[in-house]
Amino acid sequence: MSGQTLYDKLWQSHLVHSEPDGSALLYIDRHLVHEVTSPQAFEGLRLAGRKVWRATSAVAVPDHNVPTLNREQGITDAVSRLQVETLDRNCAEFGIVEYGMNDVRQGIVHVIGPEQGLTLPGMTVVCGDSHTSTHGAFGALAFGIGTSEVEHVLATQCLVARKSRSMRVWVKGRLGVGVTAKDLALAIIGQLGTAGGTGYAIEFAGPAVSALSLEGRMTLCNMAIEAGARAGMVAVDQATLDYVRGRPAAPTGSVWEQAEAWWRTLVSDEDAQFDCEVTVNGSDVVPQVTWGTSPEMVVGVTGAVPDPDDMSDAVKRSDGQRALNYMGLTAHTPITAIAVDKVFIGSCTNSRIEDLRAAAAVLKGRHKAASVKLAMVVPGSGLIKRQAEAEGLDKLFLAAGFEWREPGCSMCLAMNADRLEPGERCAATSNRNFEGRQGAGGRTHLVSPAMAAAAALAGHFVDVRDF
Amino acid sequence: MRALTELTGLVVPLDRANVDTDAIIPKQFLKSILRSGFGVNLFDAWRYLDQGEPGQDCSQRPLNPDFVLNQPRYQGAQILLARENFGCGSSREHAPWAIADYGLRVLIAPGFADIFYNNCFKNGLLPIVLPAEQVERLFQETFAHPGYQLHVDLVKQEIVTPAGEILTFDVDAHRKLCLLNGWDDIGLTLQHLGEIRAYEAQRIIDAPWLFS
Ligand code: SF4
Repeated sequence: MSGQTLYDKLWQSHLVHSEPDGSALLYIDRHLVHEVTSPQAFEGLRLAGRKVWRATSAVAVPDHNVPTLNREQGITDAVSRLQVETLDRNCAEFGIVEYGMNDVRQGIVHVIGPEQGLTLPGMTVVCGDSHTSTHGAFGALAFGIGTSEVEHVLATQCLVARKSRSMRVWVKGRLGVGVTAKDLALAIIGQLGTAGGTGYAIEFAGPAVSALSLEGRMTLCNMAIEAGARAGMVAVDQATLDYVRGRPAAPTGSVWEQAEAWWRTLVSDEDAQFDCEVTVNGSDVVPQVTWGTSPEMVVGVTGAVPDPDDMSDAVKRSDGQRALNYMGLTAHTPITAIAVDKVFIGSCTNSRIEDLRAAAAVLKGRHKAASVKLAMVVPGSGLIKRQAEAEGLDKLFLAAGFEWREPGCSMCLAMNADRLEPGERCAATSNRNFEGRQGAGGRTHLVSPAMAAAAALAGHFVDVRDF
Repeated sequence: MRALTELTGLVVPLDRANVDTDAIIPKQFLKSILRSGFGVNLFDAWRYLDQGEPGQDCSQRPLNPDFVLNQPRYQGAQILLARENFGCGSSREHAPWAIADYGLRVLIAPGFADIFYNNCFKNGLLPIVLPAEQVERLFQETFAHPGYQLHVDLVKQEIVTPAGEILTFDVDAHRKLCLLNGWDDIGLTLQHLGEIRAYEAQRIIDAPWLFS
């Protein structure tokens, strides 16, 4: 019998019950909750007269609707305010810990989980949000769920699930200077396509992945969903343990020893078989820029906007043409000739301290181009904001003409006041460049934090390696 | 969840393919904190002539007389006849909530989008997949006969037309059981209460840090 994959180990250690037809009850260790996908789940519990099974497994935070300016004045949009207040009320009623809007621990749900040690290796982590895959960076099984499933987990601590097929993306070589986990993630999506991972749980492995910091691994797993995979993960190693140790919710003393002994086994066995193996050469990856309205529509910064006429099948050709029309671009335009109106550094993909440091390092002592109307930094959490300020990064951003905001999802999905106007073009460090994602008619180009900072300085995309 | 065993209901034909969840319930209604009340905004952009906003009194809004749901002969329909790939797009559960809240119980189409199909069963709706030719025939019969009704029997997995013709359909055994009994997944999972407790008890010993 061949060995087990990391995914096999995580799956098996959480099996409560399995049916002959393959459906299973999976035990959930950590349930992260935010204001948009939870109100109806709590209402469902109330209507059925049900209790929360294990309230201490859940932690809630408002992030999607919160303003990033003048927070002390509260939320002015009445509908957004009600959604956030409803979360406050539900958490109080059901005894769930919540980091409220003005708590320094507040931030994007996928940033604060790892930051607080709420996300630990070997856990099953769920959240009513597709980017829950982020937490797989810790050797955890983490995936997004719908609102009925949020209610199901609250009521039973379990989820009805079916095992996915397994894929390993092996990244050999080493990422070059100026090339980041974001570029690797986009390059992988470019190779797999947005549905390439559908039905799979992806393990990212290989020397270039092991060399990534935990922040970088989170960026990579965060975008697994953009390749169609519900879960992405990276095996546990020394870097994982070093990141987790000392976090507020991490174990200590002899319990840590016990935990560490198990965590160290959370790697795929040498002889494990995957249903699908993909290899990427990390040394070949250059800084990436998306040109279209799907994350798979991506090229290196040294390239040009592709010509839909060159595309293989009819569907891709018409999608490509529609994307170019929406983006206001013409085929063969060099990427570095595309000018940007706004720059957004933030989101659960790229708002951690390492991301802010990378952007600040590019900006240091320089100022954004006059043609860039707005450049903003939205830290992933209150604690990241505080840490960045302790390092003086806020000063660098402000001196470069950037705005320094309060933490939240912000212009990643424009559910609060931060958004693009129709036709505006944005260099964004977020994860989705769908039509209207950052505001109706807005045009999003996904890039790394360093590339976003460089674009702000130049007023158009530039190869950050030339800086 | 409301149980569904059999029903005889009026059929409303929605004659377009690839109806997405944005069309079923537009995004401005997702800021609601309720699970109910979406029925008045079902197909909002097609159903009304003005721009819909959350919290409006929809009874005062101008209806689009051309939209099928607004036609007098289809009022009170419980069965929606649809075309290929119904429910594609985002995973929002607000889509089945709106359909159920409107009063529909059964959806018949040649195919449904995956997540939407799953979400239906969680909300007391029965989505039935029939071969395209059969669906086409039902469309023609519905158009031809005002007051056209179908009898749907989930136990026998069959649809009976007014002429007495029987059309059989497939449904996953587990989902059928839930719908017949009105069990939601939660009720069913709680039947494994003992196993969940036993798992937890062992887990507290093996991995105590998960329970602090
Ligand atoms: S930052 Fe964007 S992708 Fe991440 S949870 Fe918020 S809205 Fe979703």
